[in-house]
Amino acid sequence: MAESIHTEKTFLDGIKDCIPTLLGYISIGFAFGVVGIASHLSTFEIFLLSLLIYAGAAQFIFCGLFVAGTPVSAIILTTFIVNLRHFLMALSVAPSFKNESLARNIGFGTLLTDETYGVAMTKLAQGHTLSGRWMDGLNVTAYLSWIIASVFGAFVGKWIPNPENWGLDFALTAMFVALLILNLESTPKNKLMHYLSLILYMGIAMFVLMNFLPGHLAVLISTVLVALIGVLTEK
Amino acid sequence: MTTWTMVWLILGCAVVTWLPRVIPFILVKAVTLPAFMMRFLTYIPVCILSALVFDSLYTKGVFMTSINWLNFAAFLPTLFVAIWTKSLSKTVIVGVLTMALLRYFFA
Repeated sequence: MAESIHTEKTFLDGIKDCIPTLLGYISIGFAFGVVGIASHLSTFEIFLLSLLIYAGAAQFIFCGLFVAGTPVSAIILTTFIVNLRHFLMALSVAPSFKNESLARNIGFGTLLTDETYGVAMTKLAQGHTLSGRWMDGLNVTAYLSWIIASVFGAFVGKWIPNPENWGLDFALTAMFVALLILNLESTPKNKLMHYLSLILYMGIAMFVLMNFLPGHLAVLISTVLVALIGVLTEK
Repeated sequence: MTTWTMVWLILGCAVVTWLPRVIPFILVKAVTLPAFMMRFLTYIPVCILSALVFDSLYTKGVFMTSINWLNFAAFLPTLFVAIWTKSLSKTVIVGVLTMALLRYFFA
């Protein structure tokens, strides 16, 4: 981090900052293509899902529900709930782009994912300001890699019976772990204990809520609860 | 052959995924959020990222939530490498390799 904090980041910088996450997108996207084929989706349908939905967890759940013969309305409702966490993410990153045009803001939102969000918030936590061009570079690189990787996975999928054996699905969790650590690393030292206690509360909240709620709902509710605790207990 | 039902299903899912992503960007552009809300939002990144990690470390048991031991075993070296290297790509590589090894020997 030799450059000045106020340097305007370019589209190319966005592409560069996306590269460390590409391995995650490519392995998960690839695994999605393979799982899609195993779920009797066509290559074209896999392409459409990645192009139009562009949300890893939701696409995997889509495959599971589709294979199980779930009604259309239930699949759409589940997809909605699984992706509702993006609402919170978008709400917390959007103030950085208040001065950009409405159309560009809609663009940022359309391509927002867990990982681009994680990278952007890590940059913010490190004291950088986010530029629109940078966000575009980050988003577009991630989006294209996702589509290409899933279509590639669909082509290769016919020859791979058990993608899980490769451990590729764990790439997602590993990425969240790394993004969490990077975020914590950039928090001021005097706030670190506060954040660590919130993570402990998250562990408890998730444990309790998952007894009677599906995981994605537990994620949503415990995030809201613990973030509130965060505000109320800060000094 | 892709049926129209499938196309509508995918479009339906696309719309319900798109709206929660985009509405906050439009909302924030139109109104200034109150200070309390802004403070609340500063805790969202750490909370949501740890929620997603816990989601994979836990599993629904017969009686209550229990630990997903396979994921937990892969999580430990992953966490170690994340803290040690502070590198996204190295963390992902170690995570995936550990999981592949664990599944090879134990699953």
